[in-house]
Amino acid sequence: MAVIEITKDNFETEVLKSDKKVLADFNADWCGPCKMLRPIIDEIAEEKENIKVVSINIDNEDELAEKYNVSSIPCLVVFENGNETRRSVGFIQKDEIENIIGE
Amino acid sequence: MYDIIIVGAGPAGLTAAIYARRAQKSVLVLEAKSYGGQIINTLDIENYPVEEHISGFDFATKLFNQAKALGTEVVFEKVVDINDLGNSKEVITTKNKYTGKAVILATGSENRKLGLSNEDELVGKGISYCATCDGAFYKGKVTAVVGGGNTALEDALYLSDIAAKVYLIHRRDEFRAEETTIEQLKNRENVEFVLNSSVTKLNAEDRLSSIEVTNKDGSVRNIDVNGLFVAVGRIPENQNFARLVDLDDAGYIKAGEDCKTNCAGIFTAGDNRIKEVRQLVTATGDGAVAATNAIKYINSL
Repeated sequence: MAVIEITKDNFETEVLKSDKKVLADFNADWCGPCKMLRPIIDEIAEEKENIKVVSINIDNEDELAEKYNVSSIPCLVVFENGNETRRSVGFIQKDEIENIIGE
Repeated sequence: MYDIIIVGAGPAGLTAAIYARRAQKSVLVLEAKSYGGQIINTLDIENYPVEEHISGFDFATKLFNQAKALGTEVVFEKVVDINDLGNSKEVITTKNKYTGKAVILATGSENRKLGLSNEDELVGKGISYCATCDGAFYKGKVTAVVGGGNTALEDALYLSDIAAKVYLIHRRDEFRAEETTIEQLKNRENVEFVLNSSVTKLNAEDRLSSIEVTNKDGSVRNIDVNGLFVAVGRIPENQNFARLVDLDDAGYIKAGEDCKTNCAGIFTAGDNRIKEVRQLVTATGDGAVAATNAIKYINSL
């Protein structure tokens, strides 16, 4: 599946009420490491059918960034049944992402 | 067996790869994180010849693609050790072993930390090492910068445009920075200098809420902050090679403009070498020199 763009309007449905585990990528257009990470995020979204991968642009969605205490990006947050279970800040390699999503 | 193994895919390492490939040498680049090194955090590069403006990400991506197009192999694995086998070197990563006739160490440097107990767990929760990366999260908030060099002062200046308040904490009463930057900062109404002082404690629940600052005279002050930007310098990433190559007291590889280390067949390039000016253009310059000398070395074997 492709990465789903999240706004505060679809956050609850797509992330908090998701049946699948969610990998949320908090990012911004001006953030170099975020751009480095994006192709890997896209790969994970395509490869892992049991994981929903979403992208949250912190400039457009500053309320969500604030609510989840995101103050450094790239920031990957794993949600399960509406709750945050893992978090990683900064660029990481694919195997490390697989590790935080438990794959 | 590769001709040249390059450790680090920053500007120095990738430039070395370009020179080595153009000389028909086989090249493996090993990188622990992402290609580009610390330049990917720079929003706008204005001092690299020819390009008036280019983002760090675009610069790094163009350089990476150029090196790849010339036939450079890149593997994302962290190098943990190197063995000198005489006419070849064995490079050990967390996953594999590779052999090369010559090695170029272009590992760069990483942010120096304050060394406080809960610092690591607060990264991304109020602690940052990059104002241009994370400043946007502090619109209208209270921030502090710790450090006394150019980076710290430029960070404070940058943040003063975004944040409601910026404390600049420095352990001495004078700065090691450009006079114009210091003057600019003094004129900012929302910047408060906290001199002769060190950050001694980070107070946090879910995220950073305040910092304890201790003055040289022993007095202690608690400052409420939403964010603390640490700019106390960088440390070279040479720890894994200390057994093989000579380092200075600060941990930089002892090598001159020829980029040769004390160990035959091992070269160095970029920020992890002893040098006066650590800039993008000096890193790429080093890459060219290190590759050229590595090629000469290989041809002499």
